Amino acid sequence: MAKGKSVTHVINRDWCKGCGICVHFCPKQVLELDSDEKAVAARPEDCIGCKLCELRCPDLAIQILIEEGE
Amino acid sequence: MSDTQFDVNKYIRAQFFPQMWCPGCGHGTVMGALLRAIHDLGLENDDVSVVSGIGCSSRISGYLDFNTAHTMHGRALPTATGIKLANPNLKVIVPFGDGDSTAIGGNHFIHACRRNIDITAIVMNNRIYGMTGGQYSPMSGRGVKASTAPYGVPDESFDLVELAKGAGASFVARTTVYHAKEAQNTIKKAIEHKGFSVVEILSMCPTQFGRKNKAGEAPQMMEWYKDNTVPMGSKKLADNPDLIQRGVFVDDNERLEYCTAYQELVIDKVMKKG
Ligand SMILES: Cc1ncc(C[n+]2csc(CCOP(=O)(O)OP(=O)(O)O)c2C)c(N)n1
Ligand code: SF4
Ligand code: SF4
Ligand code: SF4
Repeated sequence: MAKGKSVTHVINRDWCKGCGICVHFCPKQVLELDSDEKAVAARPEDCIGCKLCELRCPDLAIQILIEEGE
Repeated sequence: MSDTQFDVNKYIRAQFFPQMWCPGCGHGTVMGALLRAIHDLGLENDDVSVVSGIGCSSRISGYLDFNTAHTMHGRALPTATGIKLANPNLKVIVPFGDGDSTAIGGNHFIHACRRNIDITAIVMNNRIYGMTGGQYSPMSGRGVKASTAPYGVPDESFDLVELAKGAGASFVARTTVYHAKEAQNTIKKAIEHKGFSVVEILSMCPTQFGRKNKAGEAPQMMEWYKDNTVPMGSKKLADNPDLIQRGVFVDDNERLEYCTAYQELVIDKVMKKG
């Protein structure tokens, strides 16, 4: 993530259906499916905040919150 | 225009989530693009009417917290036409399937194009009847396997862009669910356009189309749209004319819009006669 910014992956586990679209297309391999077949941010520190996961998720289950630092 | 953070909860009926679409169904991505476009335009929920027909795609109207109508198979556009004529201030949006819009509703589709009524039609094209078990549609295309075409579809598909152009739509575009941001921006332009807008969004049905055609899981189906589409007029087309073009093919602001025409050519005359 760019300097001074922090990113939070808000994943709605009740809505996620484990389709794997977000995992497959993440340019930084941040996301994984866990043993319940739900998306999780396994390497959040690598996230560049491109929001491609959020835009393509068919279940509106993932939201990327970017906070500008000091 | 809106500079607030996009919050999906403003636009949906959350009590119906998770939605009924299968894992990886492209229709959900179309829904996300539509909601972001509405957010970008700063529209209030009451300013918008979403009218759909019948099909997995058409279930979309039930999930959205606008003035919605889930109508009959193929009959979304006539219903939307009535809504728009009754209240021309509403932004009327019709998201529907390729079967709903081009098979049973094909006649309504060409006449809405011809009239140039200010409605935004979003064709969620997964090239199959998802809801009823994978029968082929007029958009499937030759060779595609379907429950009604186990040896492959013998007929040619419509080119929806050419169909809409020929029938007189004043805004015609095509994009895909892989290109979700492009889809959002295209829908935004289509809603802003005054006249009949057609946005074909290549969607995907992993359950019916994917399995029958060995197209892989949802991510592979989405990837296919990355590899097999190009921006309109791209140089790559010369090498491979089979690539599908994306872009805005028609954006004509000169044609008379139907609500305006109806006001001038019918209502005003009736009023004058008294
Ligand atoms: C008058 C009528 N005829 C047939 C049907 C059965 N039917 C329901 S949905 C559908 C096709 C849906 O295909 P499409 O519009 O492409 O949507 P999808 O499910 O693929 O999203 C059909 C034939 C119906 N409901 N009503
Ligand atoms: S794209 Fe959405 S539904 Fe699919 S695995 Fe990721 S978060 Fe879950
Ligand atoms: S915002 Fe981009 S980099 Fe971060 S998890 Fe999503 S797709 Fe990966
Ligand atoms: S059957 Fe196909 S179109 Fe219907 S919800 Fe499942 S994936 Fe989507």
